[in-house]
Amino acid sequence: MADDASLRGGVATRPDPIVTVDSSAFWAGADRGELIIQQCGDCTTFYHPPRPMCPKCHTTAMRPVKANGRGTIYSYCIPIHPPSFGFAAPPIVALIDLEEGVRIVSNVVGIEYEKVTNGLKVEVEFEPTEGGHQVPVFRVTTKKKAR
Amino acid sequence: MAIRNNDAVIVGVGQTEISKQSGRSELQLAAEASLLALNDAGIAPEDVDGMITYTIDNNDEVGLCRCLGVKDLKYTVRVPQGGGGSVVTIFQAMAAVKSGVADVVLIWRAMNERSQYRFGRPVPAGRIPVGGGSTFMEWAMPFGAQSPGSWEALVAQAYMKKYGVTNADFGMVSVLLRKHAATNPAAWFYKKPITIDDHQNSRWIAAPVLRLLDCCQESDGGVAIVVTRMDRARDLKQKPVKIHGAVHTMLPNHEIITNYYHSQDLTRAALSETVTKRLKKTARIAPAETQVAMIYDNFTPQIFTQLEGFGYCKRGEAKDYIAGGNLELYGKSPLSPNGGHIGEGYIHGMNLISEGVRQARGTAVNQVKNVETVFLGSGVSGAIIGVV
Repeated sequence: MADDASLRGGVATRPDPIVTVDSSAFWAGADRGELIIQQCGDCTTFYHPPRPMCPKCHTTAMRPVKANGRGTIYSYCIPIHPPSFGFAAPPIVALIDLEEGVRIVSNVVGIEYEKVTNGLKVEVEFEPTEGGHQVPVFRVTTKKKAR
Repeated sequence: MAIRNNDAVIVGVGQTEISKQSGRSELQLAAEASLLALNDAGIAPEDVDGMITYTIDNNDEVGLCRCLGVKDLKYTVRVPQGGGGSVVTIFQAMAAVKSGVADVVLIWRAMNERSQYRFGRPVPAGRIPVGGGSTFMEWAMPFGAQSPGSWEALVAQAYMKKYGVTNADFGMVSVLLRKHAATNPAAWFYKKPITIDDHQNSRWIAAPVLRLLDCCQESDGGVAIVVTRMDRARDLKQKPVKIHGAVHTMLPNHEIITNYYHSQDLTRAALSETVTKRLKKTARIAPAETQVAMIYDNFTPQIFTQLEGFGYCKRGEAKDYIAGGNLELYGKSPLSPNGGHIGEGYIHGMNLISEGVRQARGTAVNQVKNVETVFLGSGVSGAIIGVV
């Protein structure tokens, strides 16, 4: 299963994120189990990837906010060769369109590759990395959980 | 077309052999290609006063000056966004010589991206991958999208879904470029054409989008181009190839390969559309009106989207345009007669520019007939060149 792709003998092997000053709120949120996107403190537009200035109103009052964690698969691929560092099996990589209107790169877990399609509804969860951090990944929303 | 003294013209091209193991340093490749280009032009190396390369070229201007014996370098610039920016070098050289800040501009790109490092391979955690920090590749790394093929596939899969394009459709480009390479002795895949079955039997790189034969090669080699003004070019060895127009664009939220954030619909090549609009204004020729299409082929889907963006066909119609034979040597828009990056080798866009110059001069191995103008296109940049 795809969600075991970054575990070896129960130990996380997924690469740690590359953290920069401007992306630190996103990754710190992931460590807490929160999906963080950025919102302009003035015009309230959502952004991802984060940036230090709003391109609309030019404020630097950019704030991290918690996304609701729901989204849709826009596109996907399975990097097969050469193998990705930190993954025992090829992961399902996807572009996820969040309900807040921003797009992020992530993984879809808990589903076989053949069943992935564009437009599936997904919800966030978190997986560990080799250095003890977490990253947001997505699981297809079951009917029971769908709202 | 009118000829003016301050027209920017390409007067020299140089290209080392393209291999998988050059056996020498990247600086030596740069120096050899530069010397070949300057000798081709008939310009003494000491007369070079401008130099242009990519931000991610590992060689240093000082190192190259030290090899060539350049005496007084007045102007240097490095262009961003890797091979997608390859034609930006032509734009920058044109701007430099037309404005008079430099008289003889040497463009180079030299790399041992097969023997010294692997350009297409996943990059380990904690490192910013090839392409540098100007894009958002780092957002993809912890999710296992760590190589150019996987970044590309995320955009191309949306295109496939929207227009009903299959991986076998992409294979048409591989077969065509390998056919062109098969009759080009300088190509790594000289005398090695493939069939669509070979393509479909090659292993997946990033399913369901890219197989091995959808990818450009990793190659060692160097290419150099010399640009000057028409007033100086008249006394030189080669027929000058005029730069009719060259443009560069960056649009909001666009990136060179992890290009995921510019709009809801990623199937539109908005950068190439903008390049086309501007080229029509500045060169007064559209890419599709030229006789040769040197279009950047890092991966086969890029040919589909660029054909649409550069105005060769409408959105979603690339599959039919290619199937209709338009990109064959005898077709309406012959694509990379040298075999492109997929067939000849991958010197990061520059060996497409050198082939474009040879096609304009009429001296190419797989020469297209009656060439007046050639289109050089690399996603964010484009140029139209031709002998006047």
